Amino acid sequence: MTEAVTTPPAPPAPVVDGENARRRGWGWLLLIPGMLWLAIFFLFPTVQLFFTSLYDPSGSFERGYAMTWHVANYADAIIDTSNLFLRSFMYAAITTFVCLLLAYPLAYAIAFKSGRWKNVMLVLVIAPFFTSFLLRTLSWRAILSDRGPVTSFLQTIAILPDDGRLLATPVAVIAGLVYNFLPFMTLPLYASLDKVDHRLIEAAGDLYSSPFTGFRTVTFPLSLPGVVSGTLLTFIPASGDYINAELLGTPKQYMIGNRIQAAFLTERNYPLAASLSIILMVVVVLMVIVYVRRAGTEELV
Amino acid sequence: MRTSTTGVSRRGFLQGMSLSALAVGSGAALAGCGTSGAKIGAGGCDEADQSVTEKQISFSNWIGYVDPVKAKDTSTLEKFEQQTGITVDYDADINDNESFFAKVSPQLRSCKPTGRDVFVLTDWMAARMIDLGWLQELDHSNMPNVDANLIDFLKSPAWDPERKYSVPWQSGMTGICYNAELTDPVTSFKELLTRPDLKGKIELLTEMRDTMLFMLLMQDSNPEDFTDEEFASAIDLLQGYVDNGQVRRFAGNDYVDDMKSGDIVACEAWSGDVINLLGGGKYKWIPPDEGFALWTDNMLVPNKAEHKSNVEELMNFYYDPVNAAKLAAWNYYFCPVQGAQEEIGQFDKSAVNSEFIFLDDKTLETGYMFMALPEEDAQDYQRQFNEVMGG
Repeated sequence: MTEAVTTPPAPPAPVVDGENARRRGWGWLLLIPGMLWLAIFFLFPTVQLFFTSLYDPSGSFERGYAMTWHVANYADAIIDTSNLFLRSFMYAAITTFVCLLLAYPLAYAIAFKSGRWKNVMLVLVIAPFFTSFLLRTLSWRAILSDRGPVTSFLQTIAILPDDGRLLATPVAVIAGLVYNFLPFMTLPLYASLDKVDHRLIEAAGDLYSSPFTGFRTVTFPLSLPGVVSGTLLTFIPASGDYINAELLGTPKQYMIGNRIQAAFLTERNYPLAASLSIILMVVVVLMVIVYVRRAGTEELV
Repeated sequence: MRTSTTGVSRRGFLQGMSLSALAVGSGAALAGCGTSGAKIGAGGCDEADQSVTEKQISFSNWIGYVDPVKAKDTSTLEKFEQQTGITVDYDADINDNESFFAKVSPQLRSCKPTGRDVFVLTDWMAARMIDLGWLQELDHSNMPNVDANLIDFLKSPAWDPERKYSVPWQSGMTGICYNAELTDPVTSFKELLTRPDLKGKIELLTEMRDTMLFMLLMQDSNPEDFTDEEFASAIDLLQGYVDNGQVRRFAGNDYVDDMKSGDIVACEAWSGDVINLLGGGKYKWIPPDEGFALWTDNMLVPNKAEHKSNVEELMNFYYDPVNAAKLAAWNYYFCPVQGAQEEIGQFDKSAVNSEFIFLDDKTLETGYMFMALPEEDAQDYQRQFNEVMGG
C-alpha cells in the first residue's frame, strides 16, 4: 500500500480507465456461454413447460395435444392433488426443521471447537456425496428394515410396538430426506459461523452476558444468513423430491414429485404433469420470497 | 452494500427486456403448434426389403432371454447363423416396456429407422405399437413353422387376431410368490389382501395391467372384457386395501429385494423371477385361485427395418420344436411352441415336466390376458391407477 503511494499516480490514470472499459466489454463476452446455457437449458424448457401446461387435456401422446390455452388444467391439478402438495410441504418443513436442529451444533462445533480436526470434519460432512444418492437411499432400506437392528432395538426398549415398523412409514421418508439434505444445511451454516468475529463473542462475555444470552444475542443473529440459505437449500429440493418417498415410503407417503413423475412417464398426461410442475415452482418461489423478506437478510452466505 | 435501491438500472432493464423477448419469442414459436399425433397411417412409412443382399439382422431383446451367444455349439443363435448365413447382431437392451418405448418413439413417430430389425415387447405394448401403425406386416408364407407349431392358446389375441404383426417369443405368468419359511401358504389373491397376519407385509406390482387384472378377478369381472364401471369399482376395491394398510407399497422388480430382506412375506410376482432371481427353494410361486395373468413377449418388426424376410426366417427357426426346446431349457419360460416338450429331454431332463415351461390346458383355462385398451381408456385407467398408487 505504501509503495503504491510513492509511485506518481497522475499519468497512468486514463490508460487504466481505458483498460477498465475494454475489460468490461470482454467481461460481457465471457458471460455469453453462461447466458446461452441458461437460455437453451433453462429458459426455453421453462417456457415450453408453461405452454405444455395449457394444452388440451383431451389429447394424448398418440393423437397429439392441441394448444387450446386450457387454463382449467391448473384448477384440475390443484383439486386432484392438493393433499399431495400439503404432504410434500409438510414433509419438507419437518425435514428442514430437523436438519437445522442437527446441523447447527455440528456446524458450530466445526467452526469453533474442532481445532486441527476442522478439515477432517468438513470432509466427513461432504463424504456422502462421493457415492450415489440412489445407493445411499437404498441403504436406508437395509438400516430401517423390519428385521434390521434399528427396528428391533426400538421394539426391545418398547418405543415401537412389536408389530410396528419403521420402513414404509412417514418416519422413514423424513429420515431419508433429512439424511440426504443434511450437508446442504451444514455447509452454509458452517460458512457463516466461521465468519463470525470471535472478538464480538468475547465482548459479550466481558459485558457479563451468560453463554446462553451471548449465543442468543450475538452468535445466532450473526449466523442468520447461513440459517436462511441452509433452510432454503434444504426446503426447496426436499419439497420436490420423490426418490425418498418412492424407496422408503408407501403410496400413503407419496409426495408431489411422485405424481409428476407418474403423469409424465406412465400416463403421458403432459398437460397435467406440466401444470403440476409449474404450480410447484410458483408456490416454492412465493414461499421463498416471503421467507427471505421476513428473515430480512441482505446477503445469503 | 446497496448502491441502487430505487428502480431498475437502464442496463438491467434492457437485459430483462431481451430475456423476456427471447421467452416470448420461443413461446410464440411453440404456442401455435401443440404436439402432433404419433400415429402413422397404413403404407405411410414403407421401406424396401434388403434381406436378399444383406444377410443380417439387428435384434433387441430383454436381459436373460436367450441362451448365451458366446457358448459355441450350444447357442441357438449360432445354429441359426450357421444354417442360414444370416448374421445376428443381438443386443439385450430392453429393460422395461415403457422405457424402451420412450427410446424408440422419437424415431418411429417421425418415420425414421430405429436401427433395429426386430424387438421383443409385451402384449399391451405390442398392441399399442400396432395401433400407432409403427410395425410392419409379416409374411406368414415365409414362416411355416409358426403357423404349424404356435400353440392354440396364443394363436389369436384380441389385439392381433391373425398374428399379422407379432410372433410370441416367450410367455410368463403373474401370480403370487410367498416365503414358505415366514408365512403359511397363500393360495388366493383374496387371502393376500385380507389375511390379518399379512397386513403391511405384502406388495403389489406397479404395472397397472398386472395388478388390476387381479382386482377385476376378485370382484368377478372378466379382465378380458370389462366396462368402465367395473374398472372403477375395482379401483375402489384396491383403494380400500391401500387405505387400510394391507398393501405395504407398490413395487417394480425390486419386490425381489423386499422378499429377500424378509420385510414382506408375500407379493404379486412374475413366475420367471421366482426361479431366476429368488432361486426357488423357500420362495414359492403359485397361480392364485382366482386365476393368473398370462402375458407374452412378442417379436415385432418396426417400420423402416430393412431385413424383414431375414427376421421371418429367424421366427421360423425358433418355431422348430428342437430349437424352441433348447431355448426353453435354458430360460425356463413358458414355451409357445408345440412339440417342444417331446424334444426338451435331450437338453434338460428336469425341464420335461416343469410347470413353468409347459402349461397344461387345465391351467391355461385360468390364465387371463388383460383386455386390449383403446388409447383414451389406457390413459384414463392409468391415471386412476396412479392416483391410487399416489395415496
